[in-house]
Amino acid sequence: MDTNTFIKGLWKDNPVFVQVLGMCPTLAVTNSATNAMAMGLATAFVLIMSSTLVSLLRNFIPKQVRIATFILIIATFVTVAEYLIQAISIDIHKALGAFIALIVVNCVILGRAEAFASKNSVGKSILDAAGMGVGFTFALLCLGAVREILGSGTFFEYQVFGHGYEPWVLMILPGGGFFTLGAWLLLFNYMKERKAAKMQEISA
Amino acid sequence: MNVLNKPLEIRTSPHLKSSVSTNQIMFNVVIALLPVTIFAIYSFGLAALLMLSVTTIAAVLTEHIYCRLNNKESTVGDWSAAITGLLLGLTLPPALPLWMAVLGSIVSIMLVKVLFGGLGYNVFNPALAGRAILQAAFPVAITTWHPAFLADRFTHIPSSSLAWPFTTATYDAVAGATPLGNMKFNHVAAEVSDMVLGMTSGSIGETSAVLILLGGAYLVARNMMNWKIPVTIFLTVAVFSGIVHFFNPTTPTPLFMLFSGGMMLGAVFMATDMVSSPITDRGIIVYSMIIGIMVVVIRLWGGLPEGMMYAILMGNAVSPLLNRALKSRVYGTGRKGGAK
Repeated sequence: MDTNTFIKGLWKDNPVFVQVLGMCPTLAVTNSATNAMAMGLATAFVLIMSSTLVSLLRNFIPKQVRIATFILIIATFVTVAEYLIQAISIDIHKALGAFIALIVVNCVILGRAEAFASKNSVGKSILDAAGMGVGFTFALLCLGAVREILGSGTFFEYQVFGHGYEPWVLMILPGGGFFTLGAWLLLFNYMKERKAAKMQEISA
Repeated sequence: MNVLNKPLEIRTSPHLKSSVSTNQIMFNVVIALLPVTIFAIYSFGLAALLMLSVTTIAAVLTEHIYCRLNNKESTVGDWSAAITGLLLGLTLPPALPLWMAVLGSIVSIMLVKVLFGGLGYNVFNPALAGRAILQAAFPVAITTWHPAFLADRFTHIPSSSLAWPFTTATYDAVAGATPLGNMKFNHVAAEVSDMVLGMTSGSIGETSAVLILLGGAYLVARNMMNWKIPVTIFLTVAVFSGIVHFFNPTTPTPLFMLFSGGMMLGAVFMATDMVSSPITDRGIIVYSMIIGIMVVVIRLWGGLPEGMMYAILMGNAVSPLLNRALKSRVYGTGRKGGAK
């Protein structure tokens, strides 16, 4: 088992905070922690399933039509995910709206299929997809948590502050998504830079 | 000192420099704002005094602390942070909870000014952008108005001002309405003479048109403000709203448009911000016309009663493009830009 394949998606190559991919769902549906969680899990599901299938079929897919084939495979699992969400909670399905169908064009998924799953064994591909999926969910939760706590004063619909809390309406509007993402990117880059400086200090 | 020992200084042009520095201009802006500020404190009492001191101190402190944390020399001595804080305070409703005002100051300095590179690099007017973010974050609090000239204004602080940080404020029972709000929602026009003198309710510093124009005239006389910007904005607004009023008399008159809301304060002190307005003359004319047209469009057909803030921010957003599109022709080159 190659644990690094799994771990890198969580932190070092995090799809949102490091690769800055999949911005559309990241900004659009993270106005509450619940929505962020649902979107993250749905994307992780599609990511793992499609990576598995792509990896299994990697020797049969002609090179010329590989992108079209990947999209077809991804779209199949997005349809499955859409019906699953509809069956589990109609409210979440309504809240996520068109963004469930748009998982098809999430570049994290196609990116992993093209860059990793089409070149590696099934086991490795599943590990990689799971790492990326968990990393994506984690990033969405980071955004969703901040936006819901500041914008509605709740976390997973549980009151965080007392009843007197004045919500920052801006945070659940699109603008708040950009502000929150910017702040998280700032924090991540700061930590990365500090770590790099420390490494240099040790080697010097 | 011996001539030979004196270090040789080699400088590039310009060799003749104006003695006017950033500090002096900014200090004069503060002087120009004094009449407006004093009248604001007179008409809104303790609420305005508290609000203006809090926003100014918060803005200066934010910049000072930021410089200290980054081991830079503190830049608060150039007065620009104080002006940002003061201008922000002047655009806020008097009874806004003070913690929101502090938040607005921090956002103005950190997010709009410092993150873009500090004074001279900000795309948007920091005070206005800070207010826009407050308006998006707390839409109810920032449109709850407080009446002017209350009898107990020098002894009583509105209970909403002192709300605990992050809590919802409870407002005093008396509520005021701005002339623009009355016009939009109740179709009642205020007397123009009241608006000129500042007898109406509104944001802290926007009520007295006369004193704002006086401050502007002082800056123009000292050659520290481009008079073309406010004049073009006023002309555009007067002509555009005049045309609309002619065809549809239920819309407000041009005079009402000019003297209501943040029109005066915005056109004189915000749109003329040297950093966020275009450089060339032609650019300035187009910029001012965009602001004038946008404010009338938002006021007449938009959902909000007032649009001056968004109009100026839109003008700020296009001013880098105007700078590029409307370059003045360099002397000695042809119309197409190449050498003759």
